[in-house]
Amino acid sequence: MSWHDIVLQTLKRNDIRLVPYVPDRVLTTLIKNLHADPFFTTFPAAREEEAVGIVSGAWMGGMRGAVLMQTSGFATLANVLASLAIPYQIPLIMFVSERGTLGEFNYGQSLVCRTMRPVLDSLAMEHHTATRLDEFEFIVDRSIKQAITTQAPVALILSPLLTGGKVFDK
Amino acid sequence: MNSANDNPARNTKVMNRFDLTSRLIAKLKNEEAVIGGIGNTNFDLWAAGHRPQNFYMLGSMGLAFPIALGVALAQPDRRVFALEGDGSLLMQLGSLTTIATLAPKNLTMVVMDNGIYQITGAQPTPAAAVADIVAIAVASGLANSTWAADEDDFERLIEQSISAAGPTLIGVRIDDKPGTGTTRRDPVQIREHFMHGMGVREPL
Repeated sequence: MSWHDIVLQTLKRNDIRLVPYVPDRVLTTLIKNLHADPFFTTFPAAREEEAVGIVSGAWMGGMRGAVLMQTSGFATLANVLASLAIPYQIPLIMFVSERGTLGEFNYGQSLVCRTMRPVLDSLAMEHHTATRLDEFEFIVDRSIKQAITTQAPVALILSPLLTGGKVFDK
Repeated sequence: MNSANDNPARNTKVMNRFDLTSRLIAKLKNEEAVIGGIGNTNFDLWAAGHRPQNFYMLGSMGLAFPIALGVALAQPDRRVFALEGDGSLLMQLGSLTTIATLAPKNLTMVVMDNGIYQITGAQPTPAAAVADIVAIAVASGLANSTWAADEDDFERLIEQSISAAGPTLIGVRIDDKPGTGTTRRDPVQIREHFMHGMGVREPL
């Protein structure tokens, strides 16, 4: 099974139906497959922060969600994490396609990538970097369950080691 | 520099946020959700009478409509109202296009437009003298967007929205008065009470 099949199947198994996203090249197949599956309500949001607001509202209304984004999108989220997801104890589940490392060709992406883990650590947020297919389902499934039971957000960072990443000639 | 109230494009009555919020709350008989945006918008929602179906934002400026969209998607049989300031909406104009695309028919959005950041010292917004929020909403795909001419018109538009075939946005010009109350800043309790109000959870 590919990494994106694992994401889709694990979301489904955990009854996560609402998946707003701001796209990334690496997420293309996952996004296409989510759209093709009537189990999911999936759509683009204009900003990552907006998508976080949407899944937060849905959680409070009894519907589970997750947000898909890339590294530079995560960099826009410090305020909403610190003022909504964490203090209101919302199990925000984020999948972040990692740009900026292991072959990055855009200097700005490589710089913004360096802000991601310090922001997560400064807020003491749970986060994992997925690099291996054989561990991936375990990480995703357990992280979703932990987020929901502990009412705390989690960031699952999808390393180029897992996804292949984006390379210059793509 | 012009203030919003001098803008010649708007000939609707200048109303009051607390009065309009109270008029809205008085109409609610079916456990409708109400999402109050940051600052004065949720302070006046709090002051209008706390109900378990009210959600009060204490940060994340601009997310009242996205949060309300999430509630509306999760509970399509419940009417969801969202109250947002004009300055807050400017932070997330893109969300209007998302809402127009998803078109939840159970969502009513109210924009409290005084053209200023009242709570930070009444500085004018960049939109105040030049932009029309309702025109922006229409151009974003929210065809059912209207300025309320006065209080009676506001109440009529609220009632009309309940049976509308798509999302509704109501613009109201308001004065420069601060909020009349102060929300108790306890985010966990706010969220938990709201989830009780939404029927998602039972109290411990």
